[in-house]
Amino acid sequence: MTYTITSHSLARFLPVIVLSAMLSACGQPESAAPAEQPTTQISYEEQLRLALETASPGDVITVPEGVHPMTRSLVLNTDGVTIRGAGMDKSVLSFAGQLAGAEGLLVNASDFTIEDIAIEDSKGDALKVNEGRNIIIRRVRTEWTRGPHTENGAYGIYPVQTENVLVEGSVAVGASDAGIYVGQSRNVVVKDSRAEYNVAGIEIENTIHADVFNNIATNNTGGILVFNMPDLPQLGHSTRVFNNTIVTNNTGNFAPPGGAVAGVPAGSGIVINANDKVEIFDNDIADNQTANILISSYFSAGYSSDRETAEAFDPYPEGIFIYANRFRDGGNAPDREELEMLRLAMFGEEGSLPDVVWDGFVNPELSAENVLCVDNGESLVINIDAAGGYENVTVDMTAHTCELEKLTEVVLAAN
Amino acid sequence: MAADKHAASLKMLTAALIVLLFTGCSDDGASVRQFSADAYPQRLSEWGLFDYSGAQLRLSDGVEAYDLNTPLFTDYAQKLRTVWMPSGSAAQYSSDATFEFPVGTIISKTFFYPMTDTGLVRADFTWPENTRTLSTDAVTLMETRLLVKQASGWDALPYVWQGDDAYLKIAGDLKMLEMSLPDGEAQTFPYIVPSRNQCASCHATNHTTGALKPIGPKARHLNRGYLGRDGNQLLEWQSAGRLQNLPVLEEVAINADFTDNSQFLAARSRAYLDINCGHCHNAQGAADTSGLLLDASVESNRQLGLCKPPIAAGGGTGGRTYSIVPGEPDHSILIYRLETTDPGTMMPELGRSLVHQEGVTLLKDWITSLDGECVEMSSD
Repeated sequence: MTYTITSHSLARFLPVIVLSAMLSACGQPESAAPAEQPTTQISYEEQLRLALETASPGDVITVPEGVHPMTRSLVLNTDGVTIRGAGMDKSVLSFAGQLAGAEGLLVNASDFTIEDIAIEDSKGDALKVNEGRNIIIRRVRTEWTRGPHTENGAYGIYPVQTENVLVEGSVAVGASDAGIYVGQSRNVVVKDSRAEYNVAGIEIENTIHADVFNNIATNNTGGILVFNMPDLPQLGHSTRVFNNTIVTNNTGNFAPPGGAVAGVPAGSGIVINANDKVEIFDNDIADNQTANILISSYFSAGYSSDRETAEAFDPYPEGIFIYANRFRDGGNAPDREELEMLRLAMFGEEGSLPDVVWDGFVNPELSAENVLCVDNGESLVINIDAAGGYENVTVDMTAHTCELEKLTEVVLAAN
Repeated sequence: MAADKHAASLKMLTAALIVLLFTGCSDDGASVRQFSADAYPQRLSEWGLFDYSGAQLRLSDGVEAYDLNTPLFTDYAQKLRTVWMPSGSAAQYSSDATFEFPVGTIISKTFFYPMTDTGLVRADFTWPENTRTLSTDAVTLMETRLLVKQASGWDALPYVWQGDDAYLKIAGDLKMLEMSLPDGEAQTFPYIVPSRNQCASCHATNHTTGALKPIGPKARHLNRGYLGRDGNQLLEWQSAGRLQNLPVLEEVAINADFTDNSQFLAARSRAYLDINCGHCHNAQGAADTSGLLLDASVESNRQLGLCKPPIAAGGGTGGRTYSIVPGEPDHSILIYRLETTDPGTMMPELGRSLVHQEGVTLLKDWITSLDGECVEMSSD
């Protein structure tokens, strides 16, 4: 294996060692033998870790081709660093033998770019970026190589509390929660990426202004999710989901029970939960067996409690606008008993649920027009009236024949 | 090739070090030294905090040991904590935050284990009466972590013991240890020395600024006699001129000793959560992403986790629905997180590979004692 990772970090670190040795030679103990760690046998893992630990702004840390085994989490805390591999199928950080650490790579820094690299089989999240501005994740693959498994790590690509975030050309496979998960962030673009065999393919949560386009979400439990969760510093709104291919997301839900996505039925194309101002257009959405699109309130999330319910949390989805998508099939084998019963009762053995399934919860101070407008040819909304105990299920489109003001494009600040 | 260049550089460096070892100046070796941030020494001994003979570790003049009401659990390691401040300087009291220490302050924490005759590490230890000397006869020194206050802020430096000295290991370390458990069983576990950046994972208690701070030296942790003995560390610091603006002790917060059964269960539990979780789970901490806040200042039951659903816990829920279900520790995510040793789901994320049985028992007892139940929210 070649040891060429640390373009200038390590080179700069060496003079520091020498300098410190020169300045601090006083008062040595009797033992004069230099018992330092065996410097010529530093593993690649330790070289890479040292490069990250001693990085300075502007550093480019290159990771050579090869599968590099890692036993502990990697952590980067320095702003302005780029990590660059030789390709997402060539430079692989493998955490299959990980002994410690909750992530593969944890980044607590701004102006961060990672590209052309893979992170495999981490115990927890693969790539977590916690707080930071100007984050670029480009042509990165995160994968659990055994395929869907409950004990896989939760998130593949996971920026949280970040601003100006670009995820592009990336691949996320096998996450037991979400493959690409952007949480509590602002100004986000996720494009040209592929999410496959995750519980949630791509999830935008508690995020303000996100554009999700030109992605492929397939073979997940749910393709693309836009969620709001309570108890968090920021509530999300304004997400555009367009020009994506969201097909055949029918993998059985393998999330550990308890988390939000554990409640996502297998066969969900797009799921909106408790989020506001979501625009869904120009997507190819097909063959998602529960529903091509599910719109739900927090009340349908599978759990919720009334004990000190978070102040200012809005459990209802509002301002959802669906238009000009290309739907095909789907809704033919829902992964929920009540939905399957509705399908049989209303559409027959060979029938399918309409393209849009809505749980029917409406803020008592508002009306259905505030929740959901659909302008999508023949596509129907089925209001399953979960709020009223499934008494008044309807496919009447009157309340949904409306238009909403379109959202503006997300423009990332130059960096 | 860079690798060859690297190796060659290191050889030169080793040679330079050896030369320096024989040509360096020599002074009395007893006094504490300070270093600029670009010149931290490779050997712990160069700081002059300790005099280590191979048989005992002796604190240098001006280096004072202290301990905490309830400490962080770190795989049952024993910890010798010390503080040194430049001559004539003092820390400023704060009622709830870390004391404001003078530039030049060096805080150290030395992790060690007592050993069995067969070379296994043990969880139990009897501290010596002499507070300035630690016999290392039947002890294995693991690491000494330094927090150094520069004009620009605190720096974290992990030193790993090897032979007669400890050596700076910026990237941390992992050592497999075998522990003799009280029930006679032996358990092998990876002992983790955090990297410098991982030090920040706990010590950047405000994750937004990223500034490092000591965690232990707060009034509520120090408000006790050293090793539980008579006296009070805060008064001692004050009388030694090392602490300014200390109010009367009656006004100073005090965390419970989590092992002291005579104290309230809730107080012991909150003290445990504060020191083990609060550095990340606070309103500015790295774990504010979870909405679960566990530091001593939190008053909201919901923020403390009562009937609070998880956010991004993934497998960390253990299949449970709420962080804390009153009366039901075995349905509470918090307990699951403490009882697992899976690196991807355990809490704290850093600093342990073993389960802290005593801590788990305490928090289970506390949750069992809580009244109420978690009720499904209705939309009516």
